[in-house]
Amino acid sequence: MSARRDRTGLAAIAPFLWLGVFFLFPFLLVAKLSLSDTALAMPPYAPRIDWALGMAGLRAFLAALDLQTYGRLTSDHLYVAAYLSSLRFAAVATAILLLLGYPMAYAMARCSPAVRQALLMAVILPFWTSFLIRVYALIGILKPEGLLNAVLAAVGLGPVALLNTDAAIYIGLVYAYLPFMVLPLYAVLERQHHDLLEAAADLGCTPLQAFWRVTFPLSLPGVGAGALLCFIPMVGEFVIPDLLGGSGTLMLGKTIWTEFFANRDWPAASAVAIALLATLVVPIALYQRQQAKLIGGAR
Amino acid sequence: MTQRSRPRLNIGAVRSTFAPWADPAARPLVRFENVVKRFGGETAVAGVSLDIYEGEFFALLGPSGCGKTTLMRLLAGFEDPDEGRVTLAGEDLAGRPPHRRPVNMMFQSYALFPHLSVEKNIAFGLRQLGLAKDEVAARAAEMLALVRLDGLARRKPHQLSGGQRQRVALARAIAPRPRMLLLDEPLAALDRKLREETQFELMALQQSLGMTFLIVTHDQEEAMVTADRIAVMREGQIVQIGRPAEVYEAPNSRYVADFIGDVNLFEGKVERADGQSVRLASDEAQGGFEAVEDDVIAVGATAWLAVRPEKIQVHLDAPPPGPNRLAGKVADIGYLGDWTTYLVELPNGRTLRAARANAARFVERPVDWDDQIWLTFAPDAGVVLTQ
Repeated sequence: MSARRDRTGLAAIAPFLWLGVFFLFPFLLVAKLSLSDTALAMPPYAPRIDWALGMAGLRAFLAALDLQTYGRLTSDHLYVAAYLSSLRFAAVATAILLLLGYPMAYAMARCSPAVRQALLMAVILPFWTSFLIRVYALIGILKPEGLLNAVLAAVGLGPVALLNTDAAIYIGLVYAYLPFMVLPLYAVLERQHHDLLEAAADLGCTPLQAFWRVTFPLSLPGVGAGALLCFIPMVGEFVIPDLLGGSGTLMLGKTIWTEFFANRDWPAASAVAIALLATLVVPIALYQRQQAKLIGGAR
Repeated sequence: MTQRSRPRLNIGAVRSTFAPWADPAARPLVRFENVVKRFGGETAVAGVSLDIYEGEFFALLGPSGCGKTTLMRLLAGFEDPDEGRVTLAGEDLAGRPPHRRPVNMMFQSYALFPHLSVEKNIAFGLRQLGLAKDEVAARAAEMLALVRLDGLARRKPHQLSGGQRQRVALARAIAPRPRMLLLDEPLAALDRKLREETQFELMALQQSLGMTFLIVTHDQEEAMVTADRIAVMREGQIVQIGRPAEVYEAPNSRYVADFIGDVNLFEGKVERADGQSVRLASDEAQGGFEAVEDDVIAVGATAWLAVRPEKIQVHLDAPPPGPNRLAGKVADIGYLGDWTTYLVELPNGRTLRAARANAARFVERPVDWDDQIWLTFAPDAGVVLTQ
C-alpha cells in the first residue's frame, strides 16, 4: 500500500522534473541573459559569475545585472515596430482563420458520421508531412514562375508577385495553422445537441436566428480556444516569415534570430524573447482558464 | 378499427360536460387526414386520421416505435407527411416551417439552452415574438411564478434539479402562448413520486390556461391520469380512441386490453349471442363464460373474454356452480399495501391475476401460498373481444 503511494509520488514528480530541466532552467538562463550586457568575449556577454571568489563573486555578478537592454528595446523603434507588426500579423491571421475555419468546422459537424471521419482525417493528414517541407511546397506554389502563376496564366490572368510579400506570410500562417482553428471549433460544434436547434426553431427562430442565438454562443469556448491556440504561436512564428516573407518583414521570431546569430547580441535577443513571453502570458492564462472551464462545464 | 357504441355502460371518472368530439358541429383545432410518414423503407405513421379539439388534453399512447412521436413532430413541423395532410384551425400546415407554426413543444430531453439563465430560456420564445423588452420581462416573470421557480431566475440549467429543469422546459414552451402545447414524454425523466405530483400539476395548468395539450407517452398511467381522450397506437396506426375509462373498461381489441393495465384473457367458442349477453364455452371454466354484450357475434366463432384483475373475486370456499367460475392454486402473492395481487395457477398451467383492495387492516382467513382457491367474476366484469 505504502510502496504504491511512493510510486505515485514519483510519477507526480516526473513531469515537474521534466519542466524544471527543460523549461524552468533554460527560462532562467534566458532571463539572466536578458539582464546582462553585450561584451566582446566568448560567450559574448557580461557579467559572468566568478566562482573563484565564492559568495562575493555571486554578489558582484548580481550587482552587475541591469535592465539596460530592456531600455534599449523601448527606445529603439525597430523593436517596437517588430513587436507591433508581429501582433498585427498574428491578429489578422487569427481573424482570417476564424472566418475560414468556422464554416469548415460547422460543415464537418453537420455531416454524416462516416463523412465526418474522412474530413477529420483530411484536416489532420498534413501533419504527417514535415512542417518545413510544406512551407517549401508553398514557395513552389507562390514563386513568380510557380504553380499559382502557371494556373493564372492558363486562364489569362496574372502574373501576381506573392512570394516575399506580407500576403505570402498570411497565406503561410493561415495554411499552417488552419487545423489548430478547425479542430477545437469542430469539437464544440459536434457536441451540440440537435434538439437545441429544434427547440429554437419551435420557439420561432429561423435557421439563421437559431445559429446566432444558440449555435454561435455555445461555440464560443471553441472560438476562444482556436483563436488562442493559433494566436500565441503565430506571434513568435519564425519559419513562415523567414521563408515566405520579404527581407523587410518585421516579426519578433526573425528579430530574435537576427540578434542572436547575425548581431551576436545575446542579451537583446533574450530580452525580446522575455518581452514576447510576458505579452503572451495573458492570452495563455486566458486559454488555460477556458480549458479548465470547458472541462468543468462538460460534467 | 371498429368503434363500438356501448350505451348501457355508464363509465365513471369522466368530465362529462366537456366532450367536443361528440358534438358534430364542433370544428377540430387539429386534424390529421390519412397521414402517412415513411423513413427510408420504414413506415412510421401508416394512415392516421385524428381530430383534436380546442381545450382538449389529448394523449398519444403506445410502445416505443409505434409512431406517436413522429405524429407529434409532424404537427410541430420537424417532419413533413409523405401522404395526407395536417391542418391547424382549418389551415393546411404543409410546407410551413416549425418557426412559423403556433404550436410549441416540450422536448423529452427538455432541450434547455445551456448558455442561458432560466429567465432567458423562458424569454427565448417571447423575444422571437418581437415583444417590447419590459413585456418580455413581465411575461417571463409571470411564467416563473406559474411554475414556482421565482427564486431561480438567474440560475443556469445545469444548476437545477431534474424536476426544476422540467418546469423550466414547460414554462418556456407555454410562454409564447401557443395554440397548442406538445409534450413529448414530459415526465419520463422524473422519479415516481415527482411524476405523480407533476401529472396533477399538468392537468391543473391545462385547465387554468385553457390551452390544448397533446402529450406523447408510453406510460399508460400518465395518459390515463392527465388526458381527456387517449389514442392508443400500434405500428403506426391508431387502434382505439376514447376517454381513459373507455379504453380501460371497453377496449376494442386484445392489444388495447393488454397494453392498458393488466388483463386476464380467456379464449372460447361462442355458444350463444343474443344481443344482450354472450356465452363462451371453454376448457378452463366448467360452467363456461357469460358476459354482458350487446353485439351479436356468430355462434361457433372464437372470441376472447378480457377481465381485469380487480374485477375477479378470490374465494377460499367453493362457490356454487355456474358460469365465470375457475379453480386454481395460489402461485404467488404480491402485497402492495393498498392492493394485494394474487397469481393463480390454473390446472392447465396458465397463470391468472386477481387483485383485491385491502379495505380492512386484518382479515380472518388470509389467502396463503399454495391454497386451493376459486375465482369468480360477474357477467358485466368482462369484455368480449373478437380481435
